Amino acid sequence: MSDKPAHNVAFVRETTLPPSPPPVAETGAIKWMRENLFSSAFNSIMTILGVLAVYQILSLALPWLLNGVWNASSIRDCREILDGATGGCFAVLTERWHQLVFGRYPQDSYWRPTLAFLLMFAAFAPVLFSNLPKKMLIFTGLYPFIAYYLVWGGSVLVPILSLVGFAVGYVVYTRLVDRSFATGFFGGVAAAIAVWYIGGFIINEDSTFLALEQVESRDIGGFMLNLILGVVCLSVSLPLGIVLALGRQSRMPIIKWICVVFIEFIRGVPLITLLFVANVVLAYFLPPGTNFDLILRVMIMITMFAAAYIAEVIRGGLAALPRGQYEAGDSLGLDYSQSMRLIILPQALKISIPGIVNVAVGLFKDTTLVSVISMFDLVGMVRGPILASTDWNGVYWELFGFAALLFFVFCYGISQYSQWLERQLQTDHR
Amino acid sequence: MAMTDDAIAHMDAKVSDEVAIEIENMNKWYGTFHVLRDINLTVYSGERIVICGPSGSGKSTLIRCINALEEHQQGRITVDGTTLSSDIKNIDRIRSEVGMVFQHFNLFPHLTILENCTLAPIWVRKTPKKEAEETAMHFLTKVKIPEQADKYPGQLSGGQQQRVAIARSLCMKPRIMLFDEPTSALDPEMIKEVLDTMIELAEDGMTMLVVTHEMGFARQVANRVIFMDEGQIVEQNEPEEFFHNPKSDRTKLFLSQILGH
Ligand SMILES: Nc1ncnc2c1ncn2[C@@H]1O[C@H](COP(=O)(O)OP(=O)(O)O)[C@@H](O)[C@H]1O
Ligand SMILES: [Mg+2]
Repeated sequence: MSDKPAHNVAFVRETTLPPSPPPVAETGAIKWMRENLFSSAFNSIMTILGVLAVYQILSLALPWLLNGVWNASSIRDCREILDGATGGCFAVLTERWHQLVFGRYPQDSYWRPTLAFLLMFAAFAPVLFSNLPKKMLIFTGLYPFIAYYLVWGGSVLVPILSLVGFAVGYVVYTRLVDRSFATGFFGGVAAAIAVWYIGGFIINEDSTFLALEQVESRDIGGFMLNLILGVVCLSVSLPLGIVLALGRQSRMPIIKWICVVFIEFIRGVPLITLLFVANVVLAYFLPPGTNFDLILRVMIMITMFAAAYIAEVIRGGLAALPRGQYEAGDSLGLDYSQSMRLIILPQALKISIPGIVNVAVGLFKDTTLVSVISMFDLVGMVRGPILASTDWNGVYWELFGFAALLFFVFCYGISQYSQWLERQLQTDHR
Repeated sequence: MAMTDDAIAHMDAKVSDEVAIEIENMNKWYGTFHVLRDINLTVYSGERIVICGPSGSGKSTLIRCINALEEHQQGRITVDGTTLSSDIKNIDRIRSEVGMVFQHFNLFPHLTILENCTLAPIWVRKTPKKEAEETAMHFLTKVKIPEQADKYPGQLSGGQQQRVAIARSLCMKPRIMLFDEPTSALDPEMIKEVLDTMIELAEDGMTMLVVTHEMGFARQVANRVIFMDEGQIVEQNEPEEFFHNPKSDRTKLFLSQILGH
């Protein structure tokens, strides 16, 4: 206190205080427990109740898990082996795993969806991780056709024709888009349809050129169906949602109102209703004899549903951007699509990530609703063929627990990725 | 026009007869609110014009009309020989010739300083990336922050951000620069670094329209000061005359408020 006289107001510091280390905290488990578990009477009671609850749950679940039976041919077998002791009958999983995962997919072709699943990681990697080489995006573009060919089989000419259609449509679009966006867009669509139409005549339906064994859509089921629905619908609904969100902001009244009506209508209707529409009602409107795949109809419905929600999430992100960002883009001479692509959307999407992930996770779990319109996805398989069989009637916990675990792994993965992505994109240093 | 020697000294040969901006009988309304009334203004190449006036008098609206951030309903605005119309191509061309600096900088927070500066040259001017980066570094050096090129805007101080915003505009090699209260959002100790940058720009002969209340800057740099009130140009004159011998009562009142105490 030598350099701080007590009664004098004027004060000049002559020596700079050296920085000192922070006070050494008392460390160790005891301190941690006192601060986090027993800091108050209420806190202590909650801690004790919590420990009791965990103990109760574990004392029931652990024997069930550890004492489980993995090898048995039916629930009666299980009970005999357990002989009165607690224990899960996990044999149903080892016995029926192929149904749970692949539905009624032909057993000797399991490698095909498995391969498609593995390739999916390569296809998504450059989209999810921007530091990978851009050339990998070529594979991403080809992947939908490869995956279709692998999962549904048939002649290789079908996916190739559809790829050619998209390619021709894209080329026509880039040629015409300079005149106006509408010319480019409709020109591209018309060209693609023309290619598919003409190609349809050239390619024989039953062509066996490099054909894989054709698999009917109704044989595709199990968790594979959930994955296909989730991945396809999300991949399509994200760009569609962006377009809807931008359309809703459009200055052109027609576009704006189309988007508003679409979004509000879809959001006002439960998904299950849309699925019933896909299943039953659409059939009335289609000309008799048309073979419009049920999976495709369901995909369209789920995609529209997710797109409407994603559009609203992104609209929130767009609204959160200060107007100055639009003006800065404008004042530099960027045109609408450039300023959207380079300035507005990257920021709006970043803000929207938590909301989009919310929709994505919800949508992925909602794919199990298709079991209600008698499609045999994971839940449909459990409720239908497996629980209805005399062998396994009654093994609810094991089966639904397995379903829950599968979904948890995937949803947790999505959520972890999104948190990682948010950290990556954090540049505002607030 | 009576000019002091001082005023003549900085109204040098850089002001040419070439018209940069021509505004004729321009009117603008927000709904029923008549925000700009019968504006007539000719800006010659190389002029440095300071616009001042009370808050809400329409200064921002006026300069935002020049690069079509706001639409005007009556009259004609010609920028660099091109008349503003609703043709989008036309507007985008004018915008790429006219740089604008905002009160709140409006840098792109998701891009680095360098990317902020190269974005428009690459996408609008189609400059090769490498060349755009060289130009960007040139202008970042000019505003004295080349070492910040790889940081993000959020990591810079307000004064630094505003200088980046100036550099970003300069990278488009604009022929005209508009400034809307470039120092109003800054802490006092940062105002000078931004004003110095703008003074340098003026010395290089840039055509500048500056909305500001920095009267020191107006004295030193401007060759014309415009006073606006209630959407009209009330008075304009060269700075010495404007400050020492204001004609209109409203100008006098305004000057006494802003300079007085
Ligand atoms: N987008 C807008 N809609 C309606 N009124 C506006 C809008 N922008 C500005 N105004 C009004 O126009 C007047 C002039 O605004 P502005 O040009 O920003 O003034 P200044 O920049 O001189 O302070 C103000 O009264 C303001 O309230
Ligand atoms: Mg203003």
